[in-house]
Amino acid sequence: MPAPADPPDAAAGATGPTGPLPPSARVRVVPTARAAVRRPSRTEEIDAGTPLGEAYVRSLLREQLRNGLVAVAVLALTVGSLPAVFYLAPDLAGVRVLGVPLAWAVLAGAVYPFLFVIGWVVVRRAEAVERDFAELVAREAGEPGGGDRR
Amino acid sequence: MNGGIDPTWGGAAVAAVVLLTLAISTWGLRISRTTSDFFVASRRVRARTNASAIGGEYVSAASFLGVAGLVLAFGAEMLWYPVGWTAGYLVLLALVAAPLRRSGAYTLPDFAEARLVSPTVRAACALLVVAIGWLYLVPQFQGAGITLAAVTGAPTWLGGPVVALVVLVGVASGGMRSITVVQAFQYWLKLTALLAPLAVLVVVWAGDGRPLPADLDEGAGDATWSTPFGGGLAGLADGPVGLYLTYSVIVATFLGAMGLPHVVVRFYTNPDGRAARRTTLGVLGLLGLFYLLPPVYGALGRVYDTDAGPDGADTMVLRLPGLMTDGTLADVLTAVITAGAFAAFLSTSSGLTIAVAGVLSQAVTRGVPRGSTRRPDPVTAFRVGAVLAATVPCAAALAAPGLPVARSVGLAFAVAASTFCPLLLLGIWWRGLTDVGALAGLVAGGAGSGVGVVAALVVDPASVGWGAALLTQPAAWSVPLAFAVMVGVSLATARRVPPGVDRFMVRLHTPEDVELDRG
Repeated sequence: MPAPADPPDAAAGATGPTGPLPPSARVRVVPTARAAVRRPSRTEEIDAGTPLGEAYVRSLLREQLRNGLVAVAVLALTVGSLPAVFYLAPDLAGVRVLGVPLAWAVLAGAVYPFLFVIGWVVVRRAEAVERDFAELVAREAGEPGGGDRR
Repeated sequence: MNGGIDPTWGGAAVAAVVLLTLAISTWGLRISRTTSDFFVASRRVRARTNASAIGGEYVSAASFLGVAGLVLAFGAEMLWYPVGWTAGYLVLLALVAAPLRRSGAYTLPDFAEARLVSPTVRAACALLVVAIGWLYLVPQFQGAGITLAAVTGAPTWLGGPVVALVVLVGVASGGMRSITVVQAFQYWLKLTALLAPLAVLVVVWAGDGRPLPADLDEGAGDATWSTPFGGGLAGLADGPVGLYLTYSVIVATFLGAMGLPHVVVRFYTNPDGRAARRTTLGVLGLLGLFYLLPPVYGALGRVYDTDAGPDGADTMVLRLPGLMTDGTLADVLTAVITAGAFAAFLSTSSGLTIAVAGVLSQAVTRGVPRGSTRRPDPVTAFRVGAVLAATVPCAAALAAPGLPVARSVGLAFAVAASTFCPLLLLGIWWRGLTDVGALAGLVAGGAGSGVGVVAALVVDPASVGWGAALLTQPAAWSVPLAFAVMVGVSLATARRVPPGVDRFMVRLHTPEDVELDRG
């Protein structure tokens, strides 16, 4: 393969709940005897595909999907509804904004800054969700706290 | 027909753009050494440069010449094309940009294979990339022919081969790194080449004391050029059929941008998912800026280019300075616009050629086992792929000089929206997608939108009934069909969900600075 793409994750399912567990994988999942005493960190939960780790990833996915779908819904309800509005209210054709017909003022002008603003909000919210996720999973991984660590 | 435009000015403008492009490409050749440089510019392109590059690549002949021509010929209804081309990036930004970058795949077929672990789906995607790429390349070469003929009086067939040759020299020598610089430069060139003449022309218009184009509607009966669903304009459908056509264009453009091969390939040049998102936001701004301009050309054309029908629409932007001014001013303005138009052909064709060549060269090298002496080295394979990628559509453009430029680009969007859009959205957000489901959806969407491509060549453009509308603008039904088939068949084959899907979701959605096992 000429492209420098990362190799597909062949063994990725070994630890996930949907895949079979080959005997060798178990060694990789449950770390050392010492670590077995303490509670695994949240990134380890995710790597091991435990129900808790799964829950972290699923909630991240849900938040990001909601963020994206809200933006698309706003787009559909505003810009996407314009043809129907113009169709159902033909009188709008006569409306002028500073001498420019309404359809032109909207479709050849106002719509572009509007799209950019939606995009800007999407980026801000998506990055905030990622920050929250990073903080959440780092909270126990970074600090030895909990007193369980011998 | 040129209104007395001196052909040497147009010729000089074309030559200048071609030479500048080649010069920057050669400069790129010196700095592009590794295979990774060649394909993805080693993933070190900054968000601002990358946004300009994507904008430069995206603003094609259809945007530069086609939109103004369509607006002139068909009125306000056509404003939906540029709106849709921009809104497509918003959908891409909201749902696809960051996960696509994080997938680590370089092309759409790579993504499909990594997500679904299926060589068959990969092959289907490769086929679609080539089909969409060629469908998009044909109008670029056609536009080049029309432009060169309009400004220099050269034969119409000449422009396509000229653009193909320059693109091949640039792509085959410098690869992605130099192309990135060229594309970024060409966005700003195109913006300037449209903005500066427009400023002059608007002043001329104001000085002439001519009416607002909308006021020409008064006394023209019901032919309402300035309002949507005017009908009665050159056979444009009105009533419910018109509404269907508008929504079909909206579906195709809003959802098709994410499936264009030359757009997708750009996302792998971002350093990480966050940068991919910011790049896309930048593109959204740059496109919004650019698309303010072509409709104004359309409006001025409405005032000055009173006797041109749809036939002359594609060259209206080039003829407008000659119609509104004369002497050296007209020559200079025409030359500037011509330079911008050629930049549009070159940049879009380069991006498409790279995307198609990447897929073709992967197909060539995959057949030969790793380590075999007969296995061509990747860069050679890429160059062979590039030649194939550019010459086939160039020949097609020569053989069939047909559709209006913006129209055939619209068909490429319809195919992309009906195939890659469901594949990407479901692949990124739904664990339940299976290889069989994806394949069935790609076939259903591809066949549905493919009907539109054939119909556009066969159906008489003057027919405005439901049958013609459903056939020539299929996106409003073919996209939902593709989604339904993909979801339905995946649910029926739920046991085939690839075992690694949970780890793949971690890779797609978690920020890179969190240390996780991403497979």
